[in-house]
Amino acid sequence: MSQSRNIAAVRDGAMLGGHGISATKSRTGSDSHMKHYSAFAVAREALRYHTGWERAWRSPEPKKRYDVVIVGAGGHGLATAYYLGKNYGIQNVAVIEKGWLGGGNTGRNTTIIRSNYLQDPSAAIYEKARSLYETMSQDLNYNVMFSPRGVMMLAQTQHEIRGYKRTAHANALQGVKTEWISPERVKELVPIINLHGPRYPVLGALWQERGGTARHDAVAWGYARACSAMGMDIIQQCEVTGVRREGGQVVGVDTTKGSIDCGKLGVVVAGHSGQLAEMAGFRLPVEALALQALVSEPIKPCMDVVVMANTVHGYMSQSDKGEMVIGGGTDGFNNFTQRGSFHHIEETVRALVETFPMISRLKMLRQWGGIVDMTGDRSPIISKTPLGGCFINCGWGTGGFKAIPGSGWAMAQLMATGHSPLAEAFSLDRFKEGRFIDESVAAGVAH
Amino acid sequence: MLILTCPYCGVEADETELAAGGEAHLKRFGPGSSDEELHGYLFTRENPKGVHLERWRHASGCGKWFHAARCTATLEVFGTYKAQVSGPPQEIRDAISAKRPGWSWREFS
Repeated sequence: MSQSRNIAAVRDGAMLGGHGISATKSRTGSDSHMKHYSAFAVAREALRYHTGWERAWRSPEPKKRYDVVIVGAGGHGLATAYYLGKNYGIQNVAVIEKGWLGGGNTGRNTTIIRSNYLQDPSAAIYEKARSLYETMSQDLNYNVMFSPRGVMMLAQTQHEIRGYKRTAHANALQGVKTEWISPERVKELVPIINLHGPRYPVLGALWQERGGTARHDAVAWGYARACSAMGMDIIQQCEVTGVRREGGQVVGVDTTKGSIDCGKLGVVVAGHSGQLAEMAGFRLPVEALALQALVSEPIKPCMDVVVMANTVHGYMSQSDKGEMVIGGGTDGFNNFTQRGSFHHIEETVRALVETFPMISRLKMLRQWGGIVDMTGDRSPIISKTPLGGCFINCGWGTGGFKAIPGSGWAMAQLMATGHSPLAEAFSLDRFKEGRFIDESVAAGVAH
Repeated sequence: MLILTCPYCGVEADETELAAGGEAHLKRFGPGSSDEELHGYLFTRENPKGVHLERWRHASGCGKWFHAARCTATLEVFGTYKAQVSGPPQEIRDAISAKRPGWSWREFS
């Protein structure tokens, strides 16, 4: 029980902000005239033939200086900006994006949200994120379609049974609600499953009832709209080409839209973290790999939970459009192409077909890849850097989407106050000090 | 699909026949080295967007380790070479220079 309280204390400590500013500090930005979305608004706009809708966020030219510049307008970057404004009143913020908002891994993942991790620091930040997803649509006044339909991680080997039972016990101590369920219960929840596959029998599962999915684009869009309403500038198609430094302190960035001065810099760019770090004059223990996913043609509703089969590294859920959303594995070599190797699709689908025989007749609708930044212990980095005033949030690898709100919350706290209990264990120096948060080995799960 | 020519058996091997082995030409640091050196050796990998030198093993073929020079941004392969060298041979450097003038990777260029 004492461990349970410790995790809760970390979460509550994070919630209190740690320096006296209330988490509910209201928006005070001068531009906060965001039109509220509601059923009434839909009716009102229908009366004028939907000509009155405004753009969800402004598209301004960069100013000369901001208190904080965030590089990367994906989910993690936008969430960082949002919580800087909402929790700490820091609203003179720019979010700079090389491509388009949410066009990287935020729009390329399989949208799974869960927090059933083995290690305490992981459970704390992922559960914080999951709990923020619960109320995100209301908080942002933007429908992110959070669907806590339940996440099931199949045990298909004896090793996995032991691993997941251990995780279930760890989760109980951490205050994360998960349970070990029998094959019969698996069949009840997922009628299309074949429990008796010759190679991959289903021996049980780790079940998180309040895990699920959300619409990934909407998460980025919702945060962007809320940031813009606070007066923050979201600057798309603006590539950072250099980081300007003076006396060991960051003073600004050079971009394709001119140079921008800043007090603090947050680097939140996933696959290109190594490139940004190089500009800032330090190195990261990160390698970029391609991770891919695919969807089938849309079919009628057949599976209303998320199923992960980590032995074969395949995961599947059904989108609201009816497509079966399938995630595959990473390539084994460094890659920036946002494609993936064909044989991974075959491997993943071959194994999933044994577990879900009915998908054998489905056509693949489309396939895509994203560039994930992998660290040595497969856990993220949320940290100060050797460059003063420069902070980094990277290394989410193959599992970043689920963490977006918690990651943004912790990163904002770290940038605003210099310390975040949620981020503490994920510092850059943990590699040097041997404090790994080794989820991939310890939990034996895809991550 | 990535296709690399094994410099030992000469087979044009598909990616499925090969196992990726990470950064090439690492200098190993063990007992007696400084914390910085050990940290660098264990964790700080080269992660270029562009020319990359790496180790591969012809796992489902002759089983031998070899090196490849490849572009991580386009997946273009500049060439493969044997394992018993501490840097890319001149013909590999020339092949890279022909496609990527002015390239550099760690101490090589």
